[in-house]
Amino acid sequence: MRRRFHEIQPGSFAFTAGNLAWAQRQMGKYPEGRQASAVIPLLMRAQEQEGWLSRPAVEYVADMLSIPHIRAYEVATFYYMFQLHPVGSVAHLQICGTTTCMICGAEELIEICRRKIAPHPHMLSADGKFSWEEVECLGACCNAPMAQIGKDYYEDLTPDSLAGIIDGFAGGTVPRPGSQNGRFSCEPASGATTLRESESGRPADNAAVALALLQGDTVARIEG
Amino acid sequence: MSELRQVEIDGIIVEADPELTLIQACEQAGVEIPRFCYHERLSIAGNCRMCLVEVVGGPPKPTASCAMQVRDLRPGPDNCPPRIRTNSAMVKKAREGVMEFLLINHPLDCPICDQGGECDLQDQAMAYGVDMSRYREPKRAVEELNLGPLVETCMTRCISCTRCVRFTTEVAGITQMGQTGRGEDAEITSYLNQSLRSNLQGNIIDLCPVGALTSKPYAFTARPWELTKTETIDVMDALGSNIRVDSKGREVMRIIPRNHDGVNEEWISDKTRFAWDGLRRQRIDRPYMRRDGRLVPVSWQEALDLAAGALRQGPVAALAGDLVPVEAVFALGQLVDALGGAKECRTDGSALPHDNRSAYVGNAQIADVDRAGRIIILGGNPRNEAPVLNARIRGAWLQGARVGYFGPATDLTYEYDHLGKDSHSFESYVNGNPDWSGTLIIVGQAVLRQADGPALLAAAMRGAGDGIGMLVLHNAAARVGALDVGFSSAGGIQAVLPGAGTVYCLGVDEVDIPQGPFVIYQGSHGDRGAMRADLVLPAAAYTEESGIFVNTEGRPQLASKATFPPGDAKENWAIIRAVSGELGTPLAYDSLQDLRHRMGETHPHLLRLNEVPENEWKPLPLLGCGDTVIAAGQENFYLSNPIARASVLMSQLAAGEADAIAA
Repeated sequence: MRRRFHEIQPGSFAFTAGNLAWAQRQMGKYPEGRQASAVIPLLMRAQEQEGWLSRPAVEYVADMLSIPHIRAYEVATFYYMFQLHPVGSVAHLQICGTTTCMICGAEELIEICRRKIAPHPHMLSADGKFSWEEVECLGACCNAPMAQIGKDYYEDLTPDSLAGIIDGFAGGTVPRPGSQNGRFSCEPASGATTLRESESGRPADNAAVALALLQGDTVARIEG
Repeated sequence: MSELRQVEIDGIIVEADPELTLIQACEQAGVEIPRFCYHERLSIAGNCRMCLVEVVGGPPKPTASCAMQVRDLRPGPDNCPPRIRTNSAMVKKAREGVMEFLLINHPLDCPICDQGGECDLQDQAMAYGVDMSRYREPKRAVEELNLGPLVETCMTRCISCTRCVRFTTEVAGITQMGQTGRGEDAEITSYLNQSLRSNLQGNIIDLCPVGALTSKPYAFTARPWELTKTETIDVMDALGSNIRVDSKGREVMRIIPRNHDGVNEEWISDKTRFAWDGLRRQRIDRPYMRRDGRLVPVSWQEALDLAAGALRQGPVAALAGDLVPVEAVFALGQLVDALGGAKECRTDGSALPHDNRSAYVGNAQIADVDRAGRIIILGGNPRNEAPVLNARIRGAWLQGARVGYFGPATDLTYEYDHLGKDSHSFESYVNGNPDWSGTLIIVGQAVLRQADGPALLAAAMRGAGDGIGMLVLHNAAARVGALDVGFSSAGGIQAVLPGAGTVYCLGVDEVDIPQGPFVIYQGSHGDRGAMRADLVLPAAAYTEESGIFVNTEGRPQLASKATFPPGDAKENWAIIRAVSGELGTPLAYDSLQDLRHRMGETHPHLLRLNEVPENEWKPLPLLGCGDTVIAAGQENFYLSNPIARASVLMSQLAAGEADAIAA
């Protein structure tokens, strides 16, 4: 996939005060003169603030690290996790399409995305709230098919449950992350066969879901 | 150097410095390793994988020989030297595999590619390529770049060796090029498709091992095998870069660098490389004389009669220009001496002491830049006056040398300590007695043109005496040679011109001759000198005659004749010889060989080609410096001489630079 800056660019970019302080802390982790090493965390934070990496954002980070713009641009175009196109104002859906998820129905999920969001990946929905893309393995194969939305995983999806999640986000709520078919975590779909004693007395959500619910920043922009 | 280590390369045991990479050790052993990304003057990338060799007893896979050092080799069993094999079955198979991958996305457009015939990929595909392709999928195509008027791109041909990125970043000191994307989508680009802003960018054409970056002005005009190659010397700056002029018939088709470690390494500036279109335009191809205010063509005989008549009238002042070979200057000097005239080559009025070679050349060599721990630049702008030298200073800076600069702040492509803007700051710096060890002082022409130029030069010599030395950075290719043959007068040009009845200008285009005297202009281009002239004698340009040029460090080098002068134009020394014959006092030589022989009798160092003579160090007496603000060095890189001013391309580049500065 050829990756370039988007045709339409905002006029400027600046870190929020909180993010600026965070970025300076990151730069301080490296020895004097090696601040350029912080390019990936800083680009990522710029993306988390804006949702995507604009040209002013890349140049801002490059200037902050005293490296030529092209060096930051090289990094931003190299890693697919950097979004060089505007993403949905509410959520950007990353549907895993690698082997396990594909076998378990990722293509049907993508069909839902095409129908409900936009016909092509990296395209904004008509209302500008959503965008989607197919990504490589996200490492949740036990709970295939799955999608990453914002910072959290939505697992054991079906076309219907994904459509419901999208509708939930569109309605202004944040649907509960984690398994969507009642599984606690990655035990067999038919129920646990071993270590069953741990089932009693455990909390309702596994640790990842509990943390996501606690923080509640699944699709929130990070301001610092 | 640390202790040498024994390595067995293809059965031959060689002693190699452990610092060397395997590819260098193999080269020492006389084994050539194919390569694309490796270049001895650039950092090591190790990404083309063409230089794979087998390290016996090492990891059971081929090793990239450019990225492994001799010291990393393990000794073999019983402590026998490590073994490298460069022609084993494993190596051949590995290189064939690499070549197959490189050719997957490389278009088969050699018949319409300018690199054809001098292409590394073509050559190496002959050795390691197979005659069929197993690839049936769609090939990749890459969008074109627009790098400006010099470098043509065809990025589909690119094999991503990144030599151009490394050259522009490391040597040229610009940060516009990079490799974006990854895998199949990796592309060499300039940031946002900017055109390159460097006067060394032409070198990426030579560096590109394939036809992705080719010369725009030379595009589709010739094939390398139909060109006549002449090894000669450049005159666009005073560095004396070693070049090869490629000509077809009577025309120069292109100019490319030759390697000379002591002078230009293997780079040349864009003016050197691309000003050749100026050799075809604005040429003076027959004699002219001024009649009723207009220049009208005359025959050689009339022109010589007229010249002789004017010279007999006198008093004669002779000026030597910036691009003329030393033989012509020597001959003109003898002619003028016989007439009792005055002569001068420092036409820019610089205060070079004409009788002290250690002061007008210095005692350091260009190569001393590499070993200097500190480089003090006093005035001048090496980025414009000698871009290749500037790249060398940048190289030294990258290796840890500190650069100090006196003069108006300017971008030199490297960081420097801005030590002062006026003469006084330099004087107090010298008087402060800093530690001079390992210091090289480079004196630009800008300071020598100032009123207190002699005082600054004396101050520089005081410091240089204790350090590595001093290098006077000249702007004119002919200047040192002309001073060497004594083509100068005590008072400089200010003393020579007033009162002259006849001025003989040998390629002088950079000064305005006042109204009054009769001006004979001998030169190659209809430029400022010819406009003022009363008599114009057509002469050869630097590619059209053999001649010796002495570069800024005092190294005499021989330029050769690549093409013939146009029309009735003659070689410079021959015109002067003909004028002397017309005067009835013929100079005592009838051939260039005789002339050189005669010149060698009084100036033997000029015939010891390519040797930098040791100059007797004669520091100038210290004078008090004023507080003059040091003037900027040469600002207009692209239009500094008549050949460049005749070049359409140089005008475009100068206009582009002016636009960029305005924007």
